[in-house]
Amino acid sequence: MEKFEPTIIAFCCHFCAYTAADLAGTMRLQYPANIRIVRIPCTGKIDVRFLLEAFEKGADGVYVAGCLEGDCHFLTGNLRAKKRVAMAKRILEDAGIGGDRLEMYNMSAAMGPRFAEVAREMTEKIRQLGPSPVKRGKTVAQSDKQALPVRSSE
Amino acid sequence: MIIAEGKPIKEILAMIEPYDKILVVGCKGCVTVCSAGGEKEVGILSSALRLARQTQGKSLEIKEVTLERQCDTEYLEPMRPYADGYQAILSLACGAGIQFVAEKFRKHPVLPGVDTQFIGVTEEQGVWTERCQACGSCVLDRTGGICPVARCSKSLFNGPCGGSKRGKCEIDPEIDCGWQLIYDRLKELGQLEKLEIVLPIKDWTTSRDGGPRKRVREDLKI
Repeated sequence: MEKFEPTIIAFCCHFCAYTAADLAGTMRLQYPANIRIVRIPCTGKIDVRFLLEAFEKGADGVYVAGCLEGDCHFLTGNLRAKKRVAMAKRILEDAGIGGDRLEMYNMSAAMGPRFAEVAREMTEKIRQLGPSPVKRGKTVAQSDKQALPVRSSE
Repeated sequence: MIIAEGKPIKEILAMIEPYDKILVVGCKGCVTVCSAGGEKEVGILSSALRLARQTQGKSLEIKEVTLERQCDTEYLEPMRPYADGYQAILSLACGAGIQFVAEKFRKHPVLPGVDTQFIGVTEEQGVWTERCQACGSCVLDRTGGICPVARCSKSLFNGPCGGSKRGKCEIDPEIDCGWQLIYDRLKELGQLEKLEIVLPIKDWTTSRDGGPRKRVREDLKI
């Protein structure tokens, strides 16, 4: 049976997590290609709607990566994100998607290896959980939004 | 403003079970201010409902709309052109708004997406507390601007009960004793003598106890 390759969206803050990702690249560290990075100025920009929309569009897992607590470039953005991620986890649990498909991680810009470790950890976890209960391969039902086909990797 | 809280998603899912095409309508009034039924909450709820349906392998088409208010006929009319395309309307407005939608859109089942709770204020971002019970005969002038109906757990009218302890209520120690607040405020204002005025037995007919209420301004009627 072909191995399930999850699609994971990583919302990374520009100042820490994205820089850590960049460092991981510079250090030529290997991490799974399943991670799709979305750069945001600060995890404080994260809104519960983005996280839910990622799942609606077929993500198997989502994580938010920000600065270490106390070191947020914008002081408390990552603390706000923490609460919003917690709220989104509860909603995902109630919706039957499962709150464990969404996580929040903290790292500094120097932590290239940690970025790679998180990517591996999350990929494995989602692989164990299996594809998102949102049925794969079919067009995701949308409201007025444009319908997007959801592809499973062959 | 009116404070409401979103209903649990599972409860809403059960309500919309028979439908696969619904209109989710929010309100830019009170429920936006208390983050229960505004545009953002409409978006979040709609996403959650679609996700839940998709896990069951079924679809759910939702039109997300947020109206200025749902308690005025004119503000509901913008929905008229497209409402017929949907099987049910899930409203996140306060109870008044939800009911008005039901009255004006007679062909649609109208479902409540929130539990309407109380009339209150924003104490701090994310925290709303009760201040008024709409009793219809306000005595705030005699209690230093603090309401004995809404802020005393027992709605006592002439001072605290014996359970008031260190300024907290015996019903719930998290709640300030309303009468302690009244006393402190009147003292601050130098109007403690107002406490010596005995407030008569309250006439509750002006409150909900007298039945559904109505207010008319003849000079404004067309």
